[in-house]
Amino acid sequence: MTAIDPTAHLTAEQIEELGRELDAIRDEVIAGRGEKDAAYIRKVISAQRKLELVSRGVLLFSIFPPAWLLGTAGLSVAKIMDNMEIGHNILHGQWDWMRDPKIHSTTWEWDHVSPSEQWKHSHNELHHTYTNVIGKDNDLGYGIMRVDEDQKWHPFHLGQPLWNFLNACFFEYGIAAYDLELGKNLHKRRRKSPEFRARAKAVGRKIRKQVLKDYVIHPLLSGPSFLPTLAATFTANLVRNIWTHSVIMCGHFPEGVQVFERRSIKGETRGQWYLRQMMGSANISGSKAMHFMTGNLSHQIEHHLFPDLPSNRYAEVAVKVRALFEKYELEYVTGPLPKQVFSAWHKVFRLSLPNKEPKVKTPDRGQEVVAA
Amino acid sequence: MTSAALRSRAWKLLEMVTTPLLPSDYLDLISPLRAGADLRGRIEAVHPETGDAATIVIRPGRGWRGHTAGQYVRIGVDVDGVRLWRAYSVTSPTNRQDGRVTITVKAIPDGKVSNHLVRKAKPGTLIQLDQPTGDFVLPQANPAKVLYLTAGSGITPVMGMLRDVEFDDVVMVHSAPQPQDVIFRNELHDLVADKKLRLTELHTDTDGMLDIAHLAELVPDWAERETWACGPAGLLDAAEEHWTEHGVQERLHTERFRPGIVVTGDGGEVTFSATGKTVHADGATPLLDIGEEAGVLMPSGCRMGICFGCVTPLKSGAVRDLRTGEITEAEPGVLIQTCVSAAAGPCDIER
Repeated sequence: MTAIDPTAHLTAEQIEELGRELDAIRDEVIAGRGEKDAAYIRKVISAQRKLELVSRGVLLFSIFPPAWLLGTAGLSVAKIMDNMEIGHNILHGQWDWMRDPKIHSTTWEWDHVSPSEQWKHSHNELHHTYTNVIGKDNDLGYGIMRVDEDQKWHPFHLGQPLWNFLNACFFEYGIAAYDLELGKNLHKRRRKSPEFRARAKAVGRKIRKQVLKDYVIHPLLSGPSFLPTLAATFTANLVRNIWTHSVIMCGHFPEGVQVFERRSIKGETRGQWYLRQMMGSANISGSKAMHFMTGNLSHQIEHHLFPDLPSNRYAEVAVKVRALFEKYELEYVTGPLPKQVFSAWHKVFRLSLPNKEPKVKTPDRGQEVVAA
Repeated sequence: MTSAALRSRAWKLLEMVTTPLLPSDYLDLISPLRAGADLRGRIEAVHPETGDAATIVIRPGRGWRGHTAGQYVRIGVDVDGVRLWRAYSVTSPTNRQDGRVTITVKAIPDGKVSNHLVRKAKPGTLIQLDQPTGDFVLPQANPAKVLYLTAGSGITPVMGMLRDVEFDDVVMVHSAPQPQDVIFRNELHDLVADKKLRLTELHTDTDGMLDIAHLAELVPDWAERETWACGPAGLLDAAEEHWTEHGVQERLHTERFRPGIVVTGDGGEVTFSATGKTVHADGATPLLDIGEEAGVLMPSGCRMGICFGCVTPLKSGAVRDLRTGEITEAEPGVLIQTCVSAAAGPCDIER
């Protein structure tokens, strides 16, 4: 929807050929999934649980500052692992093929206030199907921000840097509210719908359990270390929230990422769907540790093309995907974390102010297909 | 407060500590075979029996309730990362001192699990277990005369019986292609040498298949014997017919290893078992659409295979993945994405 369509040089045939080439990459990974991949996720889950156990154990003595630091750092990492490499990816069904009922998208629950079931609907279904389609994909600005020049400006947007900062700090609550579509559902009539009430109740239950665990039970177990443990769990949640928010902002917000109009996805072919995922996502470059801590969402482009492939395979897939970007002369948006975070925040600030209406509109791809 | 009530309170508190996981998720890291855990076992040894059969020694978890000779156990093994469940007869005696149990597995052509167990299983591997089950067992009161009629790996449940209970008068007729294919051959011959068993060993490659009509030539008093038969369907069908013909069918006990063979094809009758609807599906329409057209309340999501919002148990039959062409056959616990799966033969969807 930006002034110049960066995919304008591709013919309809080329787009379908691109789709076939991406399908081939996907099929190759699926055919090769096996014991090593299963061992990988089991190892990560086991490591996360051990790290959490040890960290919470150390925090029992968090009255001593070194124990506080060590326990808080460990718990922060454990929570990030649970959220990103484990929870996010299992809930995508990436490990369902193992047929292990304990590591399955239908049974997994994460250390997060949004119940898995609701998150799967808003994230897997709405965000991944309608990626970057304004009005359909609420991940674009989470309904509180303006993320594209073509969106109508409102004085409310002046505050969006602040909204975004608060959202980062309390990200898991933001996600829970977002999964509930709270903004839309607070209207009087909707608030009373039994379906919404049931979902709101489920969130309330989850929040209660999470808060009780982090801010009551574990501090109480620590006895004299009550307050330091409370502070430690609060800090770990804060660190996890800011980290996940940053990583997720880098996925679709940096400069160079395209957004799409609602009518442009009408009658979208498989090739066009792939192309939208390619143009609507951005990566983070970095070390293996960086990829791991982002839950491999640093390979956001690959994840959006193949959301159900095991996360440990995205790195090898990325090499092939990037080659396709080059072949079809498309921009592969990537960069180190600080650069991407800065870029995303820059956009948040820039779009908090009104801008001139763009003069050139992107051609409507839906109509183009009909014409062809 | 009773100790049971106290324990349940303590457990509730522990659940609050570990939420959203359960205490068992952490305990499993340390002690997967403990009492109260999901039943598992650890492979402790793999002993080759013949060129394509091996005995797997398993240490079962504390929750193991023990078996009766002749019973089978379902085990869940991870093969190439995928958990697959199969049933195997228990071949160890019930009073084995070290508490281990054994199953004896024959690798069948293209058998994913059997080939894995016979050729690749490593000591130390954890497997999933169900409690032993099956009514192919010996009666409480010992029969005076016993006949074991077996072929191939059909000998495995009978070996569990032979090792468990000694009878005064036991005859066995066992068929295998060649002498080296006879599982437990040395042990059987030892029993014969000790006069604990009379054995007729048939080698079908040279002797031909056992003709049940001529059984009387091998075992003249077969009709007086309490008989346990296990082997290929052909043998069991013939035996059932023969025993019925002679009016002694109550003396025959049979065990069939592969009751249902999945018929795969292109499309078929689809049953939505929770709703009780059966409709015909072609091989190209997603089961989600088939269900919705039939008025079944189907969970749905992206309708393109990416959101996993439509996964539903496949209770029987087979489906084809419309993207990859891959066939998935029903097994307990198998879930399919209905939006990208079409019927590959008759199948049953739990909706």
